[in-house]
Amino acid sequence: MGEIIKVGMADLKICSAPDGLTTLGLGSCVGVALRDPLTKVGGLVHVMLPDSKAIHTTQTNLAKFADTGIAELIRRMEEAGARRSRMTAKLAGGATMFAVSKKSEFGLVGVRNAEACRSILAQLHIPVLAESTGENYGRTVIFYPENGEYHIKAVGRDIIVI
Amino acid sequence: MGKIELQKLTDAYYDVLKEIGNIGTGNAMTALSQMLQCKVDMRVPQVRLLDFKDVGALMGGEEQIMACVMLGVEGDITGSMMFMVEKKAAKHLINKVMMGFGEPGEEFTEMELSALQEVGNIITGAYLNSLATLTGMKIFSTPPQLSVDMAGAILSVPAIEFGILGDKLLLIQSQFFDEMEIDGYFILIPDVESYARILNSLGIPIDGLLDETTS
Repeated sequence: MGEIIKVGMADLKICSAPDGLTTLGLGSCVGVALRDPLTKVGGLVHVMLPDSKAIHTTQTNLAKFADTGIAELIRRMEEAGARRSRMTAKLAGGATMFAVSKKSEFGLVGVRNAEACRSILAQLHIPVLAESTGENYGRTVIFYPENGEYHIKAVGRDIIVI
Repeated sequence: MGKIELQKLTDAYYDVLKEIGNIGTGNAMTALSQMLQCKVDMRVPQVRLLDFKDVGALMGGEEQIMACVMLGVEGDITGSMMFMVEKKAAKHLINKVMMGFGEPGEEFTEMELSALQEVGNIITGAYLNSLATLTGMKIFSTPPQLSVDMAGAILSVPAIEFGILGDKLLLIQSQFFDEMEIDGYFILIPDVESYARILNSLGIPIDGLLDETTS
């Protein structure tokens, strides 16, 4: 077993097998895990918001948004020898932590995050093999590029592997 | 009113925001201590400017299970207010409020969750009212919402709202504890624009803080 590398909120990391990647306590954010099965290079990005283009500020943190975060993750993985044409994806997170009552556009940001990730991956022709998204609970995830397993832990639930 | 640039906030401004946390929490603690019929203490509030990746570690790690009552703040300022208590402590708190009639065990019953939500509502209400009195602003809250889950997952909610406007999160955090087993946090997270309004309402000049790139 290799090392497990931690990815924070609005952060991204790549690694190669046997190392793994983890992000703790995903709420409405989405953990997008990408893997090149040939080189066993993997990447994980913890995105907070769906679209960088919807926001007009000079922001530098690429990992914060689904569009820029996934693009940057692919770029970093390609630098490490992966090929986009071989990549596959798995998704987790995008929960609605509190019942919606405030401004609904924010309340459902989890759902919108997951949708944005799916559509961006579809545009890039990266298949989403599995996902555990939505609902109303937080998730801790561990991703193993070795075999592509995505382990998902949640409070009061059994660990699932997708 | 313009948007202030968070990086330009000096220690003097932090002290002002800490004092807001101090007054708000002080009032909330009075309400809580009346409800519990016991003494509740608080630590000096902290004002923190955090990178998002550090937000989860704010209170005992991303995976610490917390009971959280969250309210949206509306009116002259906007943002979020959170009352967070570690799960075991929340159970203890509720048992105390229910005069020992809470259910044993670690999980919450519907009744207990509802009681917790109401406790959160009352004491965050005391916090926000004192802030309204202090600043002369109109401050309302939306109905409380409850979640019992990992701290990181809960904190992602206000972090995302802040993330729309910036790359860092500024929050006013206060910690409280009683003689026994309860300790918890109040977190006030005004939106970036609201910081300017708060400082302005207290007569504090903010000209040097404005973000010139967006105004």
